[in-house]
Amino acid sequence: MSGAKLYLQNQHRWHIFEAIPWVLAVGAFFVLPDYMAFGTQILITIIFAISLDLILGYAGIVTLGHAAYFGIGAYTAGMLSAHLGWNEPISGLLVSAGAAAAVGFGFGCVLLRYRGLPLIMLTLVTAVFLYELANANEAITGGFDGLVGIRISPLLGVYENDLWGHTYYWYSLTVLVLIFLIARAIINSPFGHSLVGIRENVQRMRAIGTPVHNRLVRAYAISAAMAGVAGALFAQSNAYVTLDVLSFSRSGTILIILVLGGTGRLYGAFVGALVYMIVEDELAKLSPEFWEFGIGLVLVLTVLFARRGLLGVLEQGVRTLGRSRS
Amino acid sequence: MSGPALEISGLYKSYGALAVAQNINFCLQPGARHALIGPNGAGKTTFINLIAGVFKPDKGRMSLAGQDITRVDQAGRCRLGLVRTFQISQLFHALTLLENVCLSIAERQGIAGSMFRPFGRYRAVIDEAMVLLESFKLEQDALKRVSELSYGRQRLVEIVIALGQQPKVLLLDEPAAGVPSTESRIILDVIDQLSESIAILIIEHDMEIVFRFARRITVLVSGKILTEGSPEQIAVDDRVRSVYLGESVSG
Repeated sequence: MSGAKLYLQNQHRWHIFEAIPWVLAVGAFFVLPDYMAFGTQILITIIFAISLDLILGYAGIVTLGHAAYFGIGAYTAGMLSAHLGWNEPISGLLVSAGAAAAVGFGFGCVLLRYRGLPLIMLTLVTAVFLYELANANEAITGGFDGLVGIRISPLLGVYENDLWGHTYYWYSLTVLVLIFLIARAIINSPFGHSLVGIRENVQRMRAIGTPVHNRLVRAYAISAAMAGVAGALFAQSNAYVTLDVLSFSRSGTILIILVLGGTGRLYGAFVGALVYMIVEDELAKLSPEFWEFGIGLVLVLTVLFARRGLLGVLEQGVRTLGRSRS
Repeated sequence: MSGPALEISGLYKSYGALAVAQNINFCLQPGARHALIGPNGAGKTTFINLIAGVFKPDKGRMSLAGQDITRVDQAGRCRLGLVRTFQISQLFHALTLLENVCLSIAERQGIAGSMFRPFGRYRAVIDEAMVLLESFKLEQDALKRVSELSYGRQRLVEIVIALGQQPKVLLLDEPAAGVPSTESRIILDVIDQLSESIAILIIEHDMEIVFRFARRITVLVSGKILTEGSPEQIAVDDRVRSVYLGESVSG
């Protein structure tokens, strides 16, 4: 059966549908030029959600503390500029990724010895721990008042962060493309397949000789680096960092976004971030006090009726359409 | 190497007051067809888990083809060729049959940790998986999810995944458990045809299977080895009859 072989050999090939998010992202710049600051925040959230999908959707590591690495990225980029005068954005991004990866590796070595509920609680605790650490060290982090004095140099020495956020939109989009390509390569690699194996049946993976802990720690550190990049972009685009970047609500929100969009499919991060942030924005305008109720309702409906997230519903729709046509 | 494929000496394991393995001495010869029998709760699966490295023994030594593996972890033992299957199927249910087998082969070929090329480019893994599936006449189902296969087929996949490791010692934990008799024949035929280069230890309740397959039988009762011998010896052993066969004959 060469058909089966071809299926696996071609699994990593690009599909025409994969052009959609990029066409939309570029198109948005021309159609909605006044919303680029908001668009930048969506792009950053997508990067953060992709980082979570790598460990949650693929490796099956449920975490309630992923903001830890977003926060480390944000504070690293912020403090580099505010304290050391290191204002060059791209190198700042790389250093932030490295810092988040290092912490992710350290925590991961300990945390990932556990699974299930203990693991969830430990991830939660690490994020709370970092939050309090940042809160207590006011001299370095600015504490509750936030870190001020971030002055990011023009990108590539040329492009200032303009008032409309156009520069940072393109900057964030470029970073998103790179992060996405890396994530996509990883999940299509043997390493990515083995993560899925661990998610599906860790007992069996051990019985076929997989160094499970080692694989999980690697995935966790890579994911932390990506979350760190998202955090650093956040700090650079806002030129301001507050404790909020490490907050429990940020950890919870990104989890909600990913579940809403669909886990373990990479594009769920795009759908989830886009829908969540637009709904949040619209509802907040409509009713500044009760917008969370609307978000909650959307999530409850998703979990009840669309277990595989909004992307799952879309896929089902496309499949049904295709079938009825043929 | 003409020594035993697997040698275990003085193995102890207890949970508090409950001793699940007491002074077990056991030898598996190269190419062995060895059955481990015993009443429910005798500690057969625990024994498999101790050999495979899932549990750490309190005392005792284990060696694989002369190499000490007492302190080698489960994954390490697997890489040395000591592979087990599970009494309750442990498959990757959401994945296709082909992917199930590929995961095992990729791990054995040592490429499962690499992340710079797509899985699909590793032709050697996919080709080997297809050859393996073809040899079990499973190639038609290669793209089916394992969860869509019949239970008997799933039990077969359980063995195929283990064979993807090219084991030197294979531990089969009740390979035909729960399979209707029409399908269990296929599984038994497969086990019969396994290469003589593999030393096999099989746990089985069905005496018909045991006596058809085994050239040597060990009887385990309450974590202790009661006796060991050829099928003919075991069949006429009164102690075995009373603790084990007696039950199934009267039951």
